[in-house]
Amino acid sequence: MNPFRKLDGLVAPMDRANVDTDAIIPKQFLKSIKRSGFGPNLFDEWRYLDVGQPGQDNTHRPRNPDFVLNQPRYQGAQILLTRDNFGCGSSREHAPWALEDFGFRVLIGPSFADIFFNNCFKNGLLPIKLDADQVEWLFTQCLGTEGYRLSVDLEAQTITRPDGTVIPFNVDPFRRECLLNGWDDIGLTLRHADKIREYEARRRIEQPWLFA
Amino acid sequence: MQAQTLYEKLWSSHVVHVEDDGTALIYIDRHLVHEVTSPQAFEGLKLAGRKPWRVDSIVATADHNTPTDHWEQGILDPVSRQQVETLDSNIREVGALAYFPFKDERQGIVHVIGPENGATLPGMTVVCGDSHTSTHGAFACLAHGIGTSEVEHVMATQCLLQKKSRTMLIRVEGQLGAGVTAKDVVLAIIGRIGTAGGTGYAIEFGGSAIRSLSMEGRMTICNMAIEAGARAGLVAVDDQTVAYLKDRPFSPKGEQWDRAVAYWRTLHSDAGAVFDSVVELNAAEIKPQVTWGTSPEMVAPIDGIVPDPSLEKDPVKREGMERALQYMGLNPRTPIKDIAIDKVFIGSCTNSRIEDLRAAAFVARGRRKADNVRLVLVVPGSGLVKRQAEAEGLDKIFEAAGFEWREPGCSMCLAMNADRLEPGERCASTSNRNFEGRQGAGGRTHLVSPAMAAAAAIAGRFADVRELA
Repeated sequence: MNPFRKLDGLVAPMDRANVDTDAIIPKQFLKSIKRSGFGPNLFDEWRYLDVGQPGQDNTHRPRNPDFVLNQPRYQGAQILLTRDNFGCGSSREHAPWALEDFGFRVLIGPSFADIFFNNCFKNGLLPIKLDADQVEWLFTQCLGTEGYRLSVDLEAQTITRPDGTVIPFNVDPFRRECLLNGWDDIGLTLRHADKIREYEARRRIEQPWLFA
Repeated sequence: MQAQTLYEKLWSSHVVHVEDDGTALIYIDRHLVHEVTSPQAFEGLKLAGRKPWRVDSIVATADHNTPTDHWEQGILDPVSRQQVETLDSNIREVGALAYFPFKDERQGIVHVIGPENGATLPGMTVVCGDSHTSTHGAFACLAHGIGTSEVEHVMATQCLLQKKSRTMLIRVEGQLGAGVTAKDVVLAIIGRIGTAGGTGYAIEFGGSAIRSLSMEGRMTICNMAIEAGARAGLVAVDDQTVAYLKDRPFSPKGEQWDRAVAYWRTLHSDAGAVFDSVVELNAAEIKPQVTWGTSPEMVAPIDGIVPDPSLEKDPVKREGMERALQYMGLNPRTPIKDIAIDKVFIGSCTNSRIEDLRAAAFVARGRRKADNVRLVLVVPGSGLVKRQAEAEGLDKIFEAAGFEWREPGCSMCLAMNADRLEPGERCASTSNRNFEGRQGAGGRTHLVSPAMAAAAAIAGRFADVRELA
């Protein structure tokens, strides 16, 4: 996993609540057996005017000019402002893969769905929860200011606005460490291999039917 | 000892290690695997030169991509076929406790085959790269969906990194009216607490109305816990749980059965256990439910109307409602019963078990689908459900009513195979998600119970199953 430390990036607003992972990456693209290449199909049904198919060349497909990420001012955005319950629905990790492949590294919103939130951290994508009024304020600023950028520092757990004011945020210390260092969870867990074996040995005696 | 909730009992019995910030390493007893969310995990394992920790925890099947008709032709879509074949070869290489491949008589939706084979047992932790893993909580399992990185993590370590959830009790007391089913109960719950109401919680469903439900009904409720934002749903063990599991292929036998049952009987929240949140519903007030929008919380009783966004004060919500009505092609204040449909889907991990098919067949018996309904798809949850339904003659009832009787799989719940809605088509569906495009790009989904889906097929529009003579 790529580590995440700091980012100064252009901000795009996704101004709708309950954005589900079916919308983030529609089902037909889940047939891929790879982890990469989902970016061109991020928000496929909103982004294009036709129905996309896996393996298709997306460069000449008709784009929906009204969709926020198609607007020239948001090209190259790396930070996505989101509304409540972003990433709800299916557990598909293809959703963070698509966001990351598209170029996003940070999501800022009032709440995220649990499984999606968890999946982000496994892919070098930082979801930041802020109070609803702070998010509202960022939406207003972003919509009203062309080229609106934010600077995110995971180590310091701060977001710095263009005027220099700082918004603090919180990330679980364990997740923060993993993301800062780009650590592989599996490698970390296997440091406790002896404990896992001990637990397993005890369970084999207490509840042998679980090992039938 | 302090009174504990069921969730706390399941959690504490699976903790292997705890980090300073409370992140815990949780042992996983059962790992359900399907073709869509596993290939990258198997590949990751291979690339890192790692071996699966405990192969006999794995139960695998192909369900999302498999066709529901013309099985003799195999899987025609080459991309789908490659994904299913990749699972075949991964399982061949790695192994599993059980694998039910495409066309196997015990193949089916992963959340149907786990319980029916006794591979889901009380007290287990159960995971799968699929959000509807919450289904298995009906057996007092700690069961939830995970992403593909976590699938790989479980394969490599038999553990998962987790933060403890908060606990919510949803108590449904009283008696459900005739024609009101588990699906209506869970839709009413989601209508009450919202699609993010359970975020960060494990929800235990309790109360006399829940206890009165069959295991199938409890699975329907827990299945949609994720639609309320909760990764896990739970129901305590009782006589029905034990009776359901007796003599299933992977259920314990002999002396081990007795020991297991004695333990399972402890899997309930203790009297006086404290929940972080409690929600109460009166069963008698719940009517058959129909969703009208693009989120499961956008739901109304069958005798209700499509709500008017202009009455909503919250601007984000109002805009969401307006967008949903536009997508759904509905006007505010339209009576639900005036909404005509094009297709019906009876199936999915929410409602494809034998009880669901019986309920739909009960309504369809001696009736005929309306002419305006182009297709009524009945897709059993597994090969075993299909066999049972055919033994009871349900397939004949469906066919006589003009419904199509298909092979098992996920089918039009998410439309990864050929079963899907065309743009603008309106569907009464027993599945779990009415998201935009879920059943096919531009398709319009209304979530209902199997009985209500059958009633809609007959009437050609939504109809109150309680009024069908």
